Amino acid sequence: MIKRLFIANRGEIALRIIRTAQRLGITTILGASEADASSLPAFQADEVAIVGPAPSNQSYLDVDAVIAAAKAAKADAIHPGYGFLSENARFAQAAADAGIIFVGPDISSLNAMGDKLMARKVGIEAGLPVVPGGEAANKDEALARAEETGFPVLLKAVSGGGGKGMRRVDRAEDLSAEIDTAMAEAQASFGDPRIYVERFIASGRHVEVQVLGDGENAIHLGTRDCSIQRRFQKLVEEAPAPAMPVEKRAAIEDAAVRLTRHLNYKGAGTVEMLVDAETFDFFFLEMNARIQVEHPVTEAITGVDLIEQQILIADGNPLGIRQDDLTLSGHAIEVRINAEDPDADFRPSPGTITRAAWPAGPGIRVDTHIATGGKVPPFYDSLIGKLIVHAPTREEAVEKLGAALATMQIEGITTTASLHAKIAADAGFRKGGVDTRFFKEFAA
Amino acid sequence: MSKLPLTPDAVSEIVAIIDGSGYDHLDIKTDAFRLRLRREGGGDGSADGWTQDWSFSEAEAPAGGDKVATVAELPDGLLGIAAPLPGTFYRAPQPGAPPFVEEGETVDENTVVGIIETMKLMNPVHAGCSGTIEKVVVNDATMVDGGATIMHVRPA
Repeated sequence: MIKRLFIANRGEIALRIIRTAQRLGITTILGASEADASSLPAFQADEVAIVGPAPSNQSYLDVDAVIAAAKAAKADAIHPGYGFLSENARFAQAAADAGIIFVGPDISSLNAMGDKLMARKVGIEAGLPVVPGGEAANKDEALARAEETGFPVLLKAVSGGGGKGMRRVDRAEDLSAEIDTAMAEAQASFGDPRIYVERFIASGRHVEVQVLGDGENAIHLGTRDCSIQRRFQKLVEEAPAPAMPVEKRAAIEDAAVRLTRHLNYKGAGTVEMLVDAETFDFFFLEMNARIQVEHPVTEAITGVDLIEQQILIADGNPLGIRQDDLTLSGHAIEVRINAEDPDADFRPSPGTITRAAWPAGPGIRVDTHIATGGKVPPFYDSLIGKLIVHAPTREEAVEKLGAALATMQIEGITTTASLHAKIAADAGFRKGGVDTRFFKEFAA
Repeated sequence: MSKLPLTPDAVSEIVAIIDGSGYDHLDIKTDAFRLRLRREGGGDGSADGWTQDWSFSEAEAPAGGDKVATVAELPDGLLGIAAPLPGTFYRAPQPGAPPFVEEGETVDENTVVGIIETMKLMNPVHAGCSGTIEKVVVNDATMVDGGATIMHVRPA
């Protein structure tokens, strides 16, 4: 039985994990940097252990420092949240070596999904469709691949994420120069210059499936649509994926469960698919072996606490939920409130929050670590909170989102709330089912 | 500790109850925290709903805890180059590289004199004025507040 849970993260997700763990009767220890020593998660945690100074490479990303703090705190389990060390196989191994349960999948699953190319290979083994393309060790191979798949193509970094090293190429004559840039970016960002070539799907939607597995059985908890992105960073997420035929959605969910079974996957995971917005054909992209930022929309429509499920599975319990037990109810939308100025090229806006009046009431959930008087330090990412609305239909959820954003008042720093209010009023968004080009056109 | 006294679900329930009443706000204040629930809008209908505003007493207040460079007033006759936003100030593009500018060098408005790292992004600092760098008043790799003076410039 997990009795002492070490939370190796910060911000809203740390607070979110602490709340569920405390409800389950587990003692929580927050591993905080010096800059977060008096944050709201630190205030809420039963105990606080300082893992290092403010910069994340000396604290939240320092495997040895985090493991040492967890050992000193006599933790029997570590929850890594998302980002930081959450998908780091070396960290999971170090926890295991210290006799501490890693709340996440087995190391074999982390390795299987460790880079995009390996994920692609595993997807093919599990019988999932993937976007035509493949690895390219040099320019000749890249050109050969591109000729197989046809232009335009997308160059992607094998170890990539967050859009870095990703480039669209429309013409064969541009390929050589673009490969140089993509390889340089991949090397600078990930220390791995390898790239691969994929057919570019012009009108694609980012649809993902939440799955749970206990190593033997696997279930899905429906889809999420995260097509509204800026530079491959998600801004708005909703569940289930709207404006899609039911049987197409079911095919995507089934494929995700097939992959989860194939991996004998343990814990909560997200299977990401690229869906053609016109034909609804889908292609497997990768699996995120962690809790996702956007998990609350799934919780809203299923009533399942995903952090609780992660903890129960990590503790060795078999899945307590069967597929037939689940019914998806209503529609949920999440918007990410970031400390950024949407009118100044999304420039970061850290500082002190002089007033934080977040929306409240039935059908509204706010996951945040920011209260009035709180500080947004300049060391970490800009997410200050997530507003999640849930209603019987998508139309009602969109209405609720607009009304909630209109009531919200965050003062002292600039946030993306105003941008979300405009998105909530946009005709294309209100109609539903937009593709990943939405934001570029919306912002133009 | 478990100091947050109400769960999010409890707050939702309270809002549902007072929403059906004639009250427009609820202000709960204890030694440890204050929660203000407020009915917003009224009239135009666009902002129809409730907000929750939490704050915590000074001793308990979540704070940054970071050390920020404090900067003395500008000497007479000199101009200041201000940090465009809060973050960590660096004098050079990367560790070991020569600084963007040294004291005694001349700069114009567009000269990059340093970078500020904020939320994982590198933001260039432009001199914003012409003249000679009289003094670099903030050390390399120091936290600065937005608007803090980082260099003194003797105008051309």
